[in-house]
Amino acid sequence: LSEDIYREIILDHYRNPRNKGRISDADVSFHDSNPLCGDEIDIHLKVEDDIVKDIKFEGRGCAISQASASMLTEMVMNKSLTSVRDLGKDDILENIGLVNLGPARIKCALLSLKVLKMSMVEYYASKDPESAAEIREGSRLY
Amino acid sequence: MLQSSTIDVERIRQDFPILQRRIKGGHKLIYLDNAATTQKPRTVIDSISNYYLNYNSNIHRAVHQLAEEATFAYEDVRLKVAKLVNARSADEIVFTRNATESINLVAKCWARQHLSKGNKVLITEIEHHSNIVPWQLVTGEVGASLDYLLVGDEGRIEIEDFKQKVHDPELKLVSISQMSNVLGTILPVKEMTKLAHKVNVPVMIDAAQSVPHMRVDVQDLDCDFMAFSAHKMLGPTGVGILYAKREILEEMPPFIGGGDMIKEVHKHNTSFNDLPYKFEAGTPNIADVIGFGAAIDYLNDLGFESIREHEMQITEYALERMNEIRGITIYGPHIMNERGAVISFNLGDIHPHDLATILNDFGIAMRSGHHCAQVLMEKLDVSATSRVSFYVYNSKDEVNILIDALQRARRLFGL
Repeated sequence: LSEDIYREIILDHYRNPRNKGRISDADVSFHDSNPLCGDEIDIHLKVEDDIVKDIKFEGRGCAISQASASMLTEMVMNKSLTSVRDLGKDDILENIGLVNLGPARIKCALLSLKVLKMSMVEYYASKDPESAAEIREGSRLY
Repeated sequence: MLQSSTIDVERIRQDFPILQRRIKGGHKLIYLDNAATTQKPRTVIDSISNYYLNYNSNIHRAVHQLAEEATFAYEDVRLKVAKLVNARSADEIVFTRNATESINLVAKCWARQHLSKGNKVLITEIEHHSNIVPWQLVTGEVGASLDYLLVGDEGRIEIEDFKQKVHDPELKLVSISQMSNVLGTILPVKEMTKLAHKVNVPVMIDAAQSVPHMRVDVQDLDCDFMAFSAHKMLGPTGVGILYAKREILEEMPPFIGGGDMIKEVHKHNTSFNDLPYKFEAGTPNIADVIGFGAAIDYLNDLGFESIREHEMQITEYALERMNEIRGITIYGPHIMNERGAVISFNLGDIHPHDLATILNDFGIAMRSGHHCAQVLMEKLDVSATSRVSFYVYNSKDEVNILIDALQRARRLFGL
């Protein structure tokens, strides 16, 4: 039921998104959208010594997509790229506390992780094509 | 609840089996997504089963009894469609897969022949993607371009803007929808067609949202082409209609090649079949065309004047109630004569997809998103809207539940 979805924490991240904006000297940026519902997310990454030194997002769309992006940035800030690589669908759904989202809305929740993974694909593209290919494979979340 | 319209909604609802089903949580289905597709009455469903159970056969070729019955049933629907829109004859009615295919047929078989470098096609900012993309493709192929009529206040098209653009000597075709699938705006297509014809520019009308809801007369409008689809008017999916004036269809090359569209096939050349079969290659969607016939009968029994009357009443009531909700923005015309039974809106900063999720808890099926009209969304400066759209089986009671649900959403989001 929608009371279970639109809990205070989701609405709080929707209304007051954390880490929203750009990074002027980002190492990599990536944009994607859900063509069916029109949610949009841009992710900007700053990486140092294989650690996420800074992450910011821009976007527009539903509360689930935007809150999920906001919560994802908090989740990966200052984490190693290896640990970010391992993040899967269930980690995100648990993180935002919405494990029972139906097929129509799960894409909203997972868009930001998809974009984050694709920005890592870009990041590794020239440095380590093998990792890039592997992450690209793992970015097919839905 | 008062039902002052000439349509007996409660009786009609009995004819639609799906309206008896329950949605998660035990709520009755409140189907308000009729601009996307409508529900089907039992007579439509039964006529399709009846074809498969009793006279399934291919049409037009064989001489056995089943083929004769199936051919008669299929062609009888063509007559019904011709009568529905008052075409001069049934050979001006081409069956396609959907309204989109009908528009693409005109783009490929007419526009591709008549457009050259520098020419223009004029459409509007309120068009559905199906009346934008085919023209982008064909104008791109030949080096022509697309011109847009701008949407003004309340989603209206300014006739002065049209008068000016229609005089462009490069203009070769006007293609406009008669009713917007997002705003419900009804365009003055008759007047526009008259103006276009004065400068010898043919007019295509996307009538996917209008034919289901009001009396449409192609001779009165004098349009050259018209597209609509069965599934938005109680019929099955998979059946689209293209109307075109016979003399235009006659000079158009075929759409796709294959069986049924030929007269004689030799090793290196083929002569094409008469209208409208020239445009219907391969085995058509026989069962669903037959189902569409039952849908037309159902709507004719209700009467298009009564349908329009009912929709105006329910839309007016919904607009009135929705306007009471704090923080709501309603797009589109406020005058009932200029709009159909489609209401697009936004509620505060609640994203339409979130709103649709909340309304689903009440059993309400409502559309949210860009409604395949991203050009219009850009113009309205929103990424999405919520949309409710009504049809013959919707009641004022259902509108009341919609209002309760919207108030609930407001509270949940703390608006």
